[in-house]
Amino acid sequence: MATAISSPAQVLLSGNEAIARGALENGIRVATGYPGTPSTEILESLARYDSEHYVSWSTNEKVALDVGVGAAVAGSRALVTMKHVGLNVAADTLMSVAYTGVRAALVIVVADDPGVHSSQNEQDTRMYARFAELPLLEPSDSQEAKDFFRLACEISERFDTAVLLRSTTRLSHSKGMVTLGTIHPSRPVGYEKNLNKFVLVPSNARVRHEKVLERSGLLREFAETTELNRWEKGSSEIGVITSGVCYQYVKEVLPEASVFKVGLMNPLPIHRLRNFAATVDRLLVVEELEPVIEEQLKASGIQAEGKEYFSRLGEFSSERVRAGFQQAGVLPMPKAPENAGVPVAAKENLFRPPALCPGCPHTVPYLVLKKLNALVAGDIGCYTLAVYEPLAAIDTTLAMGCSIGMAVGLQKGGDGSRPVVATIGDSTFFHSGIPPLIDALYNNVKITVVILDNQTTAMTGGQEHAGTGKSLRGEKARTVDIATVCKALGAGFVEVVDPYDVSAVFRTLKAAIQYDGVSVVITNRPCVVSPATIRTTPYAVTAKECNACQMCMNLGCPAIIWTEEMHEGQHKVTIDPVACMGCAVCGLLCQTNAIIPLAADPARRTV
Amino acid sequence: MSMEPNGTQNVLIVGVGGQGVILASDILGVVCMNRGYQVKKSEVHGMAKRGGVVYSHVRYGAQVLSPTIEPGTSDVLLAFEPAEALRWSKYVKPGGTIIVNSRKRIPPAACQDRRMDAPTRYPQGIEQALRGQVADVRQFDAEGLAVEIGDHRMCNTVLLGALSSVCEFEVQDWLGAISASVKPKTVERNQKAFLAGRNAQFPAAHNPLPPETAAMCRSVTYLDAPAIDIHDSWCKGCEICVVVCPQACLKMNERNRAEVVKAEACIRCMLCEWMCPDLAVRVQ
Repeated sequence: MATAISSPAQVLLSGNEAIARGALENGIRVATGYPGTPSTEILESLARYDSEHYVSWSTNEKVALDVGVGAAVAGSRALVTMKHVGLNVAADTLMSVAYTGVRAALVIVVADDPGVHSSQNEQDTRMYARFAELPLLEPSDSQEAKDFFRLACEISERFDTAVLLRSTTRLSHSKGMVTLGTIHPSRPVGYEKNLNKFVLVPSNARVRHEKVLERSGLLREFAETTELNRWEKGSSEIGVITSGVCYQYVKEVLPEASVFKVGLMNPLPIHRLRNFAATVDRLLVVEELEPVIEEQLKASGIQAEGKEYFSRLGEFSSERVRAGFQQAGVLPMPKAPENAGVPVAAKENLFRPPALCPGCPHTVPYLVLKKLNALVAGDIGCYTLAVYEPLAAIDTTLAMGCSIGMAVGLQKGGDGSRPVVATIGDSTFFHSGIPPLIDALYNNVKITVVILDNQTTAMTGGQEHAGTGKSLRGEKARTVDIATVCKALGAGFVEVVDPYDVSAVFRTLKAAIQYDGVSVVITNRPCVVSPATIRTTPYAVTAKECNACQMCMNLGCPAIIWTEEMHEGQHKVTIDPVACMGCAVCGLLCQTNAIIPLAADPARRTV
Repeated sequence: MSMEPNGTQNVLIVGVGGQGVILASDILGVVCMNRGYQVKKSEVHGMAKRGGVVYSHVRYGAQVLSPTIEPGTSDVLLAFEPAEALRWSKYVKPGGTIIVNSRKRIPPAACQDRRMDAPTRYPQGIEQALRGQVADVRQFDAEGLAVEIGDHRMCNTVLLGALSSVCEFEVQDWLGAISASVKPKTVERNQKAFLAGRNAQFPAAHNPLPPETAAMCRSVTYLDAPAIDIHDSWCKGCEICVVVCPQACLKMNERNRAEVVKAEACIRCMLCEWMCPDLAVRVQ
C-alpha cells in the first residue's frame, strides 16, 4: 500500500475549473469569452460561483477581448477565454492592446488543441505571444493553472501588459488535485484618462511601439529570476528543456535527467537556459507543436536538439516522448513485445465516428440538400457531422462563419451547374455570419443560406447566446430574432420551416434554390439534448412490413440499425427504443408504413 | 489488483458517447482521493462525445505525473462496449484485467454497405481476442442488470461495481462516493446497481461465434446490378419515383421525364415501381 500524502483540503479540478478558481481567488471582476473546445468550461465553472463578478458569453472572441480590454482600462481585473482559433478572430484587438497596455490586469486564456481533437487546425498560440510581444504563461497541471493565474495578474499589472495564459486540451480536460486558496474580492483602481496611451492614432502608436520594446526588455530581465521557470538538477549527461503538460511526460519517462521547466514561455530566460545548457552534455527540447523554444535557443547560439525526435505534429503522450528519447539514443530501443501470441492489434477496429444524435433537427435539411444535389458550404458546429456517410452532404468546412462568404465565391467562381447553399448554425450566425450575409445581399448573389437554428451552441455542450433569451448565469436576456435580422438586412426570401416536416423542408428548399437572389431558410426545432432532453414516444419497426429499402438508413440516425433478417439481400432495420427520441422523421420517410410509434402497451417495450 | 510500493495504478474506462463513462471515472477519482491517493484523470470532451469513442484515463498512487496511461500498462480496462474493449485492449498490461459489458452498440457507420448480402461491419470474436491478450476477462450483461434494477442508464454504476471487485477499496468508500456524485433521488438505485455489478457472475469463455453470427460470415456473392426501365411515353413527370428512391438512382431530365442516372446503386427496394401512378417504371 502506498502512503497517503494528500490533505483533505484538496479537491479534484480540471485545468479549466482550476483556471476559473484562479480567477475567483484573484479578484477578476469581468469575465467573458466565446465557447470553444477545450476552453468552454472555464466561464461555465466561474458562473457557478455565487459572486458579484460579471461573467457572460460574448458574440465572438473579438468582442469578448474588446470587453475585457474595456474592463481593464476602466480599472477592473478582467479575464477573456477562447480556443486557439478564436484568437485569430480576436487578433486585431490583441495586436493593438499589446501597444496600449492596461490599467488593471487583463488575462487572456487561450486553449490550444494539439492533436486536433475538436478543431479545424492545431496552431500554436505561443507564436502569437512572440508576434504580439506579450508574456505567455504555460502551466503543466491543475494546481499550476490556478497558481499561474495569480502570477499572470501580477505580471499584467507590474509590466502594464495583457498576459496570455496558454492551456492545451490535455491540461484543460485532465483533472488533478488542487489546494484551494482564499478568495480575494475585486479591487477596482478606477479609470484614468490617458489619451497618449489608449488612443492609437499614428503619432501615439509610434511612441507606444517604443514602450512595447522597453517592456519586452524588462520582461526579459524578469524572466531570468521568476519562480515561473524552474531548474531541476539531475544527471549531467542529459538536460531537457520543456514546458506545459510535456513536463509531466518528461518526468515520467526520464526521471533522472536535469530538467529546465519553462513556465514563462515568452520571453524566454535565455541566460539561465545558456547556463543550464553548459551543465549538461546533451541538451534536448521537448515541446508540442512548433519549435518555439528550440529556434530561440539556436538563434542565441545554444546547441540543442528537439524536432528531429519530437514531431511538430499532433499531441504528445508519455509513450510518444519515450519513443523520441529512444530515437535520440537516450533510452534503449524497446524489445519485441512479449505477448505476441494473438494478433489483437491486427483485428480491424470498428469505425465509430461521432454522429448527429437521434432526433437531431439538422438531419433532414442535409438529406434534402443531398437530394437537391446542392453544392453545400458548411460551417463550424454539430452539423459538420453531416459530412460523414450516409448524409455526406457537405462540400466545405473551413472556419467560423466562412460558409456564406464561401458560398458567394463558389457561386461566382463555379459553373452554375449545381445550386449553391451555405449552411450555418444559430450561434455561428451571430458569431460571424451576419457580415457575409450583408455581403451576399449587397452584391445580390444567387445563393441559399440555411440557418440551422437549434437555439443553443450545441457542439460545445449547449451554451446560451444572443438568440436563446438567457444569459450564461441562466438569467433572462434579450432575444435577437434571426428572421427579423435577415429581413432587416433586406433579404427578399426569408422562410422559417419545421425541419421534422420532410416535405415542407423539401418544398421550401426547392423554392429557395430557384429564387433569383439571396434566399434565407431558417429551421426552427431546438436541439434534442441541450438544454433539455426532448423525448416523446419512441418508434419501432414492424419487421414484416419492412422491405429493406434503406430510406430510413439514409438519415444516419444512430438509433436505427440493421437486423440480421434480410429482404432480398438487404438488411431489414430496427430502432433502439432507448436511443430513439421520437422525432418521427423515419416514419415519414418509410414508404411501406413499417415504422410506427411503439405501443403504449408495456409488453411491447423491449428495452 | 496488487499495488506496487509507490507505484501508480492505471484504470482505463472506455465506451461510447452518452454511456456515462466520465461520471464513472469521476466517482473512481473521488474514491481514490478520499483514500489519500494522488489522482489524475484525463478524458475527451466536445465533438467526440456525439456518439463517438469516449475514454477516461484514471491514474492514482503516491505520486502521479503524466495524466494519461501508456499502452501496455493499464491494470484494468473497464469497457462499456465490446468493440471498444477491442479497440483499447492494447493498453492493458500483461496480467491485467479486462471488464466488458456484453451489450453491443452498433454505429450507423457499420450499416452502410448496400451490396447484396453485405454483413454488418462489427468485429467478430471479440471475447476470444481479448482472452488471447489477458487471462482475466470478465464479460457480462451489465446493461441487462441495470434494466432489471429499472433504469438502463445505471449501466455505468453496475460496471463500477464490477470494477470494485478487483480494486483494493472498501465497499463503503464506493457507496459514499456514489451518493456524493449522483442526483439525490437516484442514490438508492445507483447503490443497488453498484452492488449488483459487484456481485455479478462472469460467464466462462464460450464459443464466441453463435450460429446466427457464423451464418453472417458466409461468403458474400454479388448479383448483377438490377435494371430499371422507364417507359418514356407513359411518364408524365410527376417526380414521385425520383423523390422516393432512397439511393438517388433517378433524376428528372431536361424534358421533365424520369431518367436512370445511377443504376449500379439500385438496391431493388421496388419503391419506384410501386409508387409510379402511371405504371411507367419496371425493376428487373
